[in-house]
Amino acid sequence: MSDTLLEVDDLRVTFPTRTGLVQAVRGVSFSLGRERLGIVGESGSGKSQTGRAIMGLTPPQAEVSAKKLAFGGIELLSISSRQRRSLRGNRIAMILQDPKYSLDPVMTIGRQIVETLRTHEKVSKADARERALAMLQAVQIRDPARVFDLYPHEVSGGMGQRAMIAMMLITGPELMIADEPTSALDVTVQLDVLKILDKLVAERGMGLIFISHDLRLVSSFCDRVVVMYAGKVVEQIKASELRDAQHPYTRGLLNCMPRIGFERHPLPVLDRKPEWAA
Amino acid sequence: MTAAVAIEGLEVVFDRFRALKGVSLEVREGESYGLVGESGSGKSTLLRAITGLAPVASGTITVNGKALGKTRDKAFYRDVQMVFQDPYGSLHPRQTVDRLLQEPLAIHGIADGEKRIERALDEVGLGKGFRFRYAHQLSGGQRQRVAIARALILEPSILLLDEPTSALDASVQAEVLNLLEEVRRRHKLTFLMVSHDLAIITHMCERLMVMQNGDAVETLTASQLIGHRVSEDYTRNLLRASEGFVRTA
Repeated sequence: MSDTLLEVDDLRVTFPTRTGLVQAVRGVSFSLGRERLGIVGESGSGKSQTGRAIMGLTPPQAEVSAKKLAFGGIELLSISSRQRRSLRGNRIAMILQDPKYSLDPVMTIGRQIVETLRTHEKVSKADARERALAMLQAVQIRDPARVFDLYPHEVSGGMGQRAMIAMMLITGPELMIADEPTSALDVTVQLDVLKILDKLVAERGMGLIFISHDLRLVSSFCDRVVVMYAGKVVEQIKASELRDAQHPYTRGLLNCMPRIGFERHPLPVLDRKPEWAA
Repeated sequence: MTAAVAIEGLEVVFDRFRALKGVSLEVREGESYGLVGESGSGKSTLLRAITGLAPVASGTITVNGKALGKTRDKAFYRDVQMVFQDPYGSLHPRQTVDRLLQEPLAIHGIADGEKRIERALDEVGLGKGFRFRYAHQLSGGQRQRVAIARALILEPSILLLDEPTSALDASVQAEVLNLLEEVRRRHKLTFLMVSHDLAIITHMCERLMVMQNGDAVETLTASQLIGHRVSEDYTRNLLRASEGFVRTA
């Protein structure tokens, strides 16, 4: 039992709209140990809503249901919102896509990290500062003391995302959900941030859910990949066996990206079949 | 063979910030030319300077043999059209597709609008059924098709493409790239295309320029890039980054 960190069985997220109910997530099931799991899909596939439902960040008008949504043996859907809040940011953390929007613009980076820490742990201000600085160091920010006092708009995207990672890791979470953590960054910076994330996740033995639209990136980063289409899981596969993917959607996604050194004109396109969404 | 677009020592300055620091390039007629770089490298600014959307501080821009002055005349915009990055922002939210496509025709006083609109929609693979819809009723890929139709409706000879697919899903990106290649072949267009993605540029373009901090790093042919025959470290870094994440140790 200690292996499974998170168990998701038949997760559904439903949004009421003017034209009726829309199911963004339609019966997603998977389990996660202390490993790196990728969730891949295109926009509207429900990948982000899956992550948000686990985190407890589904918008209030939407309804979440599941046969089982258990984190470390705690049934997440039956505990109070207060208990939920004590998990969030403490034992389950989430990195969002764009540091420009996900960091508080009127608070220095250091204060935001300290705030996270002091919300969940009883530490003195001085200790908290020390730990925040150490954490900034751990995400390879060269001059932590300077960055500590900067506002988010004063740092680059890569630096902001590192600060975000530092903030999420400072409480030592067991599960980290990263929703497109590098999509807003330049390619060269992307790799730096991924390297840092990879190292810290490995060192601390966390479970990681990596949500992304980029199948190739996810497959190079994760142990296992869940491919989603129209709110459903169409395929679960080991990243190393992705080349032997069975589902036409997975194969189509792998194929349709231009690659350096592989000339294909025109590019193969996805021939979407209605039964994929059935 | 004349150059479709020739740029000499182009400098663009915003207040005191030099976004372009004397860049030169030459795009031959009928060629597809790529500009690659990270954010802030000045690649989009270069396109915007050509269309007159960025303040040119010094340098010359020549399009189809004609040097451009401070303002652009109507004939210029008939010849040069642009497709922008974000199809969610570049289409008027309160105009139907029909009205969006009619606007360039009205500006240029073109009479056979009816036929042109039908043909343009047909060409980008959106049947007549899309003609009276609003942008919010379309998907991202369909919107970008409308933006391409709007650019094509004046039958330009040069198309400036600013990250035309970076807001789209991978599978939709493939469709739009295929469409762009097809219209280029059919109309013998010259492309000047900006992207941060080396793979897309090598797929679409014959030659390319790598940019960094408002400067040209180097100019390459697509085959040089594919064969990793690059001379600058920066380009090598970009190439490595585009191969994706590799776990060390």
